[in-house]
Amino acid sequence: MATYALQRLIQSVFVLLAASIVVFLAVYGIGDPVEILVPPQASAMERAELMRRLGLDLPLWQQYLVFLWNALHGDLGRSFVHGVPAIELILSRLPATFELVLLAMTIAIGVGIPVGLLAGLDTDSRLSRTIMAGTVLGYSIPNFWKGMMLILVFAVLLGWLPTSGRGATVDILGLKTSLLTLDGLKHLILPALNLAIPNMALMVRLVAAGTAEAKAQDYVKYARAKGVRPRRIVGRHILRNILIPVVTVVGIEFGSLIAFSTITETVFAWPGMGKLLIDSIYQLDRPLVVAYIMLATFLFVSVNLVVDLLYAALDPRVRLAGEAA
Amino acid sequence: MTFPGRALPLAAALMAAALPAAAQNLRIALSSEPTAVDPHYHVLAPNNALAAHLFDALVDTDDAQRLVPALATAWKNDGANKWTFTLRKGVKFSNGKPFSAEDAIFTFCRVAKNETNIASGNKDLIRSMKSVEAPDPFTLVVTTAEPEPLLPRLLAGIPVLSSSIAAHGKVTFNLDANCGVTGPWPSVSQFNEGAVAIGTGPYKLKSYVRGSAIDLVRHDGYWGEKPHWETVKMVPVTNAGPRLAGLIAGDFDLIENPAARDLQRIREDKRLAFVSTPSSRVIFFQLDVARNPSPFVNDGKGVNPLQDVRVRKAMAMAIDREAIVKRLMDGGAAVANQFLPAGMYGTLPNPPAIRFDPAAAKKLLAEAGYAGGFDLTLTATNDRYINDGQIAQAVAGYLSQVGIRTKVDAMTRAIYFPRRAKKEFSFSMGGWGSAEGSSFLRYWATAPDEKKTRGTSNYGGLADPQLDDLVSKALVTMDDEKRAELLRQSIARLLDLHAFIPLHFENTIWAHKADIAYAGRADQYTLATNAKPAKK
Repeated sequence: MATYALQRLIQSVFVLLAASIVVFLAVYGIGDPVEILVPPQASAMERAELMRRLGLDLPLWQQYLVFLWNALHGDLGRSFVHGVPAIELILSRLPATFELVLLAMTIAIGVGIPVGLLAGLDTDSRLSRTIMAGTVLGYSIPNFWKGMMLILVFAVLLGWLPTSGRGATVDILGLKTSLLTLDGLKHLILPALNLAIPNMALMVRLVAAGTAEAKAQDYVKYARAKGVRPRRIVGRHILRNILIPVVTVVGIEFGSLIAFSTITETVFAWPGMGKLLIDSIYQLDRPLVVAYIMLATFLFVSVNLVVDLLYAALDPRVRLAGEAA
Repeated sequence: MTFPGRALPLAAALMAAALPAAAQNLRIALSSEPTAVDPHYHVLAPNNALAAHLFDALVDTDDAQRLVPALATAWKNDGANKWTFTLRKGVKFSNGKPFSAEDAIFTFCRVAKNETNIASGNKDLIRSMKSVEAPDPFTLVVTTAEPEPLLPRLLAGIPVLSSSIAAHGKVTFNLDANCGVTGPWPSVSQFNEGAVAIGTGPYKLKSYVRGSAIDLVRHDGYWGEKPHWETVKMVPVTNAGPRLAGLIAGDFDLIENPAARDLQRIREDKRLAFVSTPSSRVIFFQLDVARNPSPFVNDGKGVNPLQDVRVRKAMAMAIDREAIVKRLMDGGAAVANQFLPAGMYGTLPNPPAIRFDPAAAKKLLAEAGYAGGFDLTLTATNDRYINDGQIAQAVAGYLSQVGIRTKVDAMTRAIYFPRRAKKEFSFSMGGWGSAEGSSFLRYWATAPDEKKTRGTSNYGGLADPQLDDLVSKALVTMDDEKRAELLRQSIARLLDLHAFIPLHFENTIWAHKADIAYAGRADQYTLATNAKPAKK
């Protein structure tokens, strides 16, 4: 187990390194940030001063090495646009995104799994067919449009919920969360729902397909013949066996929502990380984009690790690579 | 429903009494967020607008960008390099400290010594001052190295800080001795956290949460007209749809830049209103008049047709700018025949109209030897100016009709601006907002000169000795009337050269609740002090 985790850790260092090179080159390739930041009124001298301070006067390979050296010392650079450490900016946005994704995934799982089971257990019923048709709608409607519709219905027409932004927050262990205030929850519901709907649909389809397949398996038939209660068959035998793909998807979706729920955050003016990324790309804010992608990569690597460990916990037949030796 | 006769008026009176108290809070949705609270960090419209709430400069500009007194009540020039500013007495910073000349000198020093800002030209301005002295606490004498007729205008862009935010001895304008400041200069982060965001403006910073909200409270010791709103909340909502939805749902009282397509919707809603104010931002096309051949023009002979003034004139005449303003901009723009709206300092009172005449344009092209036209690529942004992508398409259509086969290459600003700076384009769209006649000429139209910071945006390579001479003279002429005349001559000369095709001046639009009146500003800033309860 420990060897396995260590192996994965070394792998992830290389992944991070590769990601940093690619992003560094890509942002450099788009264009010179100085041309976006500096107005024509600035003299050549003032301009050169800024470039020196931002380290943009060095050749690219040297810029990268400087970045790498600083990164090894825990400094991912200062945002060109905001003038404050990039990592500080990103982390200040993390709690907002995290609580949003947490709520969204809770809704997706909480609704998706039971509904999926319901649909999978009796695939021919009208209810099941309605649910399956609904899921197609759920993940084929564009996120942007769906967000606007949610705002239109629940905020503009009904006036139940606020249109955008984050509500009141409270401090928990130094982190600001809006999950614990009424105003905060009101602001959270719509964006969380917007993120949850496609994932809910995905979850329903996954669970339904798995259930339909599993219920025809011999072990289910045997359990039924043995007289095991239907509730226990579903909960203990079917559900447990179909959870592996579900855990994989939840893991991937969790990571990608944290890193890239850009559209929802933009539509709902949610002060999360996704919005920061988009703004930074437009402004060629290289330190921020690089730090962001590094963090996102790190997140994905860790989520995958957790998912692998969960596999082993769920299915005793799965051996982690390190243990096999 | 029946009410006892007298209860209704009473209830109405009670409600009316309760309303003003509840309405003292103004909630604004911004289309783009300030990047910092530090007023010297980056010269950008959203940053400057936020700074205008918290700070004052020596000189201020009004809604039409004319200079008005602020922390200086009067200023005069000795006909050469010496300026004397008389400072306002009895002004207090939001921390209670009184304002004096020391704060102004401290501010100049901070601009020059700032290590965290983004280049803006203000550092150059301060370094070009030979001396800044305060013979008494309310007189400031600035001597510049070169004659600088625009000094009051430029100082309007430098908000004044309180000298109490850094440890110091006697503050003098001695940049080599760190101006007598002994402690560290305040950083951009300290301003964002609010600790040193101390100004003399109408509001105080309560909190600044990036991406989320900026909260302001009224500064009760403010020297000027008491602002109506006790608290102001500014929320960045970058997307136009949700911004308007927030206004309709009542989450906001005032929003910036509603989409043009939504104006009809606002017109039809009795609870809402909007104001459309002409701005000084001109949208124009810049032609590569220098290179031969030029990368995105092809006449089949390897010659750059844009070098011929007749071709350039024909292009200007081929574009129906009235139609673009009316149809594409939905009236939210004014046709431009020069580079700053008439009436502003140093502009032509009656610029010659560039008329739409495709037949004459064709004739001019034939005269220049391009009866068969040529191939041209128009490059433009698609996310910087209002309707920029569509404007580019329309212009390409007009040019194609007179035989100039025009393709459009529209791209995001992050790619466009760096490429344009490398002079990769032949025919490109630009935008420029300014407050007086010289800046467009200086930065866009004169031959590049790094030492003098001229022609820094002259991507078309225009180099006309007559124009350069006129502009050079204007930039150092202290007499306002003489300078204005030189600027008018420069603009006339530039228009004759047809190296730029002015298109229109953008309007800025603010939508708001019907019970609020908003006075739009030509500089496009959104100020809480410009919003007042509507007169019934």
